[in-house]
Amino acid sequence: MNRELENIKTISYWKDAFRRLRKNKLAMVGLYIIIALILTAIFAPWLAPYDPYEVNFEEYLQPPSLRHPLGTDEFGRDILSRIIFGSRISLEVGIIAEGIATVVGVLLGSISGYFGGWVDHLIVELTNIVFAFPFLLFVIAIVVSLGPSLSNVFLAVGALNWAGTARLIRGQVLSLKESEYVEAARALGASNVRIIFKHILPNCIAPIIVSATLGMGGAIMIESSLSFLGLGAQPPTPSWGSMIDYAKDFLRTNLWYSFFPGLAIMITVFGFNLLGDGLRDALDPRLKI
Amino acid sequence: MEDNVLLRVERLTKLFPIRGGIFQRPVGYVRAVENVSFTISRGETLGLVGESGCGKTTTGRSILRLIEPTSGKVYFNGIEITALRRKELAPLRREMQIIFQDPYGSLNPRMTIGDIIGEGLEIHKIARGKEKERRIMELLEVVGLPPAYIRRYPHEFSGGQRQRIGIARALAVNPKFVVCDEPVSALDVSIQSQIINLLKDLQRQFGLTYLFIAHDLSVVKHMSDKIAVMYLAKIVEYASTEELFSNPKHPYTLALMSAIPIPDPDVKKQRIVLQGDLPSPSNPPKGCRFNTRCPKVMDLCREVEPELKDIGKEHLVACHLWN
Repeated sequence: MNRELENIKTISYWKDAFRRLRKNKLAMVGLYIIIALILTAIFAPWLAPYDPYEVNFEEYLQPPSLRHPLGTDEFGRDILSRIIFGSRISLEVGIIAEGIATVVGVLLGSISGYFGGWVDHLIVELTNIVFAFPFLLFVIAIVVSLGPSLSNVFLAVGALNWAGTARLIRGQVLSLKESEYVEAARALGASNVRIIFKHILPNCIAPIIVSATLGMGGAIMIESSLSFLGLGAQPPTPSWGSMIDYAKDFLRTNLWYSFFPGLAIMITVFGFNLLGDGLRDALDPRLKI
Repeated sequence: MEDNVLLRVERLTKLFPIRGGIFQRPVGYVRAVENVSFTISRGETLGLVGESGCGKTTTGRSILRLIEPTSGKVYFNGIEITALRRKELAPLRREMQIIFQDPYGSLNPRMTIGDIIGEGLEIHKIARGKEKERRIMELLEVVGLPPAYIRRYPHEFSGGQRQRIGIARALAVNPKFVVCDEPVSALDVSIQSQIINLLKDLQRQFGLTYLFIAHDLSVVKHMSDKIAVMYLAKIVEYASTEELFSNPKHPYTLALMSAIPIPDPDVKKQRIVLQGDLPSPSNPPKGCRFNTRCPKVMDLCREVEPELKDIGKEHLVACHLWN
């Protein structure tokens, strides 16, 4: 009998969730978009037909052609190659900035929810302050005061995007800390750190993943906006936002110049949002973010 | 006699403040447990009965200091645990454990059965690695589950099996005393008896002492050596199981007993059906707390609160009819 029992594969939570995710076609489209983005970013030097920095004044502002599938910019640089290299920046922002935001948000949110009292008050008021500011304006203020650069964009987005995650996690922790398994752990003499990291946070993984995925799309948008305003990636670094910034001067005559970087931003953010929505449904149907 | 006492509870009280107003000052208190005293001897089981909301669960958790009691003392093995600081309490956690009512809420869904049962072994550094695994498998066998289940997750088990896992978790640290907080209330009747028998076997095997909380006298009767009946935060009757069942005194106990079904259609029973609900524990009635629902209420009951008095044979009752 024991032999038999050992052979039964246990259906793990993750496998089950992935099975549900696979049934969701839109979410899978999102997943494929993101996988494609990641592969593009990693293999950019091999994928790009030209050097994204190579200036060629003989072929400036060309429409899409076989030589330059997405055309060229005012310096004759290949737009496709620049978009391919630009994916690196978008992905970096998504991962690093949202990574910072998620770590900070989860930490503050769980401290706030678990310990309560004045710590809770302080953190809740802090998130309220962050929410009270017009987000983009606040990010611009931070980047301007620190100086425009990509790493400051990471910092600014990270420093502000945590509030939503913190609020979400706080709510989760508030309900989970009353659960009987947490009480059982306390009865066994488990420390607060152990209870938070072994019992509470593992049960918050679903909302953390969902909010991080959706947040990555948001972070990419913000980076594009800042770069468009000249506050993010500095030239000649190919960032999708700054490409549109330069392209806007040629909007009437050369529409494709601004169209393709815009399309890249749209598809990427769309991908993150689709996957985030799908993950929410797959990981926990009751979850509302 | 005194040496044999494992747990002594003295005038245990827990008030939950009701906060209101702008400054969140307490505007009143929910009296969950008031002046509850009892002792449990080694290897014995005290059954704690009462309806939902009477403070049974709060009593159990206050004893373990999962809820901080407002006042009163709890002595475990001669040590006053209510006077200990959190740090000092930690090693004592090994000796006192709890089994929960809800077999679905009491197991962490993200941990394997092995991790759940092994947590106590890890926290108290009892065993690790291979030795820990061997212990966990042993415990699974003790509670009647195949040791091969060690790497599975709680959602793969039925309510009765989950309750067995909860019992194994409590037993892992070799406790002397276990609070069983309505361990069978959420289970099917057929499973109930299995779990009760398991708990009895374990008691014999490991010399455990139980505080057995339930709202059903028939379940408590099987388990307990002594029974305390609670009504609205207070103990109204306390006696040995035999004495209580042969000679119940308090009208509330009588009402509870009349609710026990007798599997014989010829027995004509007089069912005492209590009217109304449990009064609010934030505003208990004046005099005897049971006077609003008591079928034998007298004028005296509405004015003076009866004390818990010994009427002989260690039978305590708080009722004017008997004092």
